[in-house]
Amino acid sequence: MDKDFIARGVKRCSTGRFLLWIAPWAALLAFGLYSAGLCLVKGLNQTNMDNRFPFGLWIFLDLTVIALGAGAFFTGFLLYILKLDELKAVISSAVVIGLVCYSGAIAVLLVDVGQPLRAWFTFWYPNVHSMLTEVTFCLSCYLTVLAIEYLPIVLKNRKLRQVPSFLVFEFELHKLIYVLAGVGTFLSFFHQGSLGGLYGVLRGRPFAFREGLAVWPSTFFLFILSAAAVGPSFIVLTTHLVEKLSRRRLVRQQALELLGRISGLLLAVYVLAKTIDTLVWINRTSPESGFPAAQYYSWKPFGTWILFAEIVLFGLAPALVLLAPRLRARRAWLVSAAGLACFGVALNRFVMTVQTLAVPTLSFDQFVSYFPSWQEIGTFLAVVAYGVLVYSLSFRYLQLFPEERELKMAQAAEESSAELVGRY
Amino acid sequence: MNKRYGMSIDIDKCTGCGACMVACAVENNVPALPGANDRRGITWMRVYRVDNGEEYPDRRSAFVPMLCQQCGVETPCAHVCPQQAVDVDPATGIVGQMPERCLGCRYCMAACPYHARYFNWWDPQWPAGMEKTLNPDVAPRMRGVVEKCNFCHGRYHRAKERAAAAGEKDIRPGEYIPACVEACPAGAIRFGDLNDPSSEVAAARHEAGSFRLLEKLGTDPKIYYHSTRDWVRQIAFAPKPGGKENLHG
Repeated sequence: MDKDFIARGVKRCSTGRFLLWIAPWAALLAFGLYSAGLCLVKGLNQTNMDNRFPFGLWIFLDLTVIALGAGAFFTGFLLYILKLDELKAVISSAVVIGLVCYSGAIAVLLVDVGQPLRAWFTFWYPNVHSMLTEVTFCLSCYLTVLAIEYLPIVLKNRKLRQVPSFLVFEFELHKLIYVLAGVGTFLSFFHQGSLGGLYGVLRGRPFAFREGLAVWPSTFFLFILSAAAVGPSFIVLTTHLVEKLSRRRLVRQQALELLGRISGLLLAVYVLAKTIDTLVWINRTSPESGFPAAQYYSWKPFGTWILFAEIVLFGLAPALVLLAPRLRARRAWLVSAAGLACFGVALNRFVMTVQTLAVPTLSFDQFVSYFPSWQEIGTFLAVVAYGVLVYSLSFRYLQLFPEERELKMAQAAEESSAELVGRY
Repeated sequence: MNKRYGMSIDIDKCTGCGACMVACAVENNVPALPGANDRRGITWMRVYRVDNGEEYPDRRSAFVPMLCQQCGVETPCAHVCPQQAVDVDPATGIVGQMPERCLGCRYCMAACPYHARYFNWWDPQWPAGMEKTLNPDVAPRMRGVVEKCNFCHGRYHRAKERAAAAGEKDIRPGEYIPACVEACPAGAIRFGDLNDPSSEVAAARHEAGSFRLLEKLGTDPKIYYHSTRDWVRQIAFAPKPGGKENLHG
């Protein structure tokens, strides 16, 4: 029914099967939109956040998906600025993932604020000292860049290409791609950093407060580094997942290995920087604020195990696997290490958001816990469903993996030669 | 010369009666919300009970009135607000909140080490008839914005107007005092200009036993507490989980 929209030379499942695939996600999206609607109409009393836990599931997951979505800018940077041409194979997929992650995060942020209609106030009355101002400006600008980067991918659709003006427009847009990659990299560096800075500047929360360079606390640089490290890992992970679900090869192993190597290298640098930062914080920053660092880990369940898990288990271990050529050549190791790295960055964002707020600052205050309400979970699930839907539609109708056709032909040739060998 | 309004609270005098909390809520049109609980209610002034962690008969208790500490340096909330809804008035040193500009992002709440900021989780509402008791000098806040103690800003403006009507340039000491100070039956709370050496609060901060909460954070809070008891003065410092001296809120 929709075969005219599917790119030539690639095979996609039948329309009915595709509808069956998207139906549960559409239902989940509807449920999520209902949850978000409740929060918007009835207010944030629908959540389990409170005055002690002003940030909850949404901020934690926003920070996580934005870090994971960093693959878009970083792959763009590697391909267009550093000229690593192997990454052409994944750039379109990376842009879609980035777009989904960023637009989803911004949508949730709009539900998360008490007065979403005042969002424009940040542009009108910006507080230049606030990291959140920097985040707002950079996120909005970068989302625009991502939308512009996504447009040529849409215009390459088989049917849309039949419109000559679209072709010209797409060609003209493509000329801008180097500028967009540069601007995207610049903006992304700043907003990934300022997301880290959000916590690092909290003088009143010595668990999160860090020293740094000029106005930027160390978390500013650590967030940039960790996002750049796990962005490529997330591309590896998603590409592998799409290959498994669609049951076809989409990218050459070399491209994924290259992403893995870059991810491993940056992860190793991040682990080193994070270790130094932790030591400085434990021995100097926190005690100077009157808080011996050991006390943070006395509040169960947040023992020192979380620090070990963050730095060693989900940092150093995947970095070593990704840096070992023999290990990363094997798909299972590559994907597992990429998964561990992604989980590590999620854990880091969890620690910065949830543990920071849970640990008491006043001696007569108590350790508090928080568990999200179903409306909070539902709203987040809407973003997941939205992501799956956008990606599924893009995968079906747009050419996200330019090597797919070639690989399919190679696979067919291999199969036929194997058949011939078998016959004779 | 600019003023620097501050407070001195004598913990040894506080009986924990809660009159300051009630006076604050009435003065500032803080609604009593039916769905609110300990962690979602709005209490610009909140009295905590602390004890020395000993067993009877050595157990001792004290009450700590907590409010916005009016940080003067690197004010955590003002520093982080993305749209300048929080400001520090250079003329008074009071940290103000503009609810009509607040986005409700709650970043200021995450930044505040004293948990002295409150979010309006519900629309404000009063039982029928009680709206007649609202203070006309203070606007009730809407759902989705943050609020906090502002040293009864309505009273400050009234005092300024009275001074102007009397042809005076400035408010005279004692002409402007917040509702909690006025309501405290034990006289535990004193208020005044910390820059005025003749004021009671300026003198009180130099008294033996005077301390500020979490002073090492370097935010220069303008609320001074006082106690002659050593264990009470421990509340000034970071929590010590698991220790005998652990204090209980």
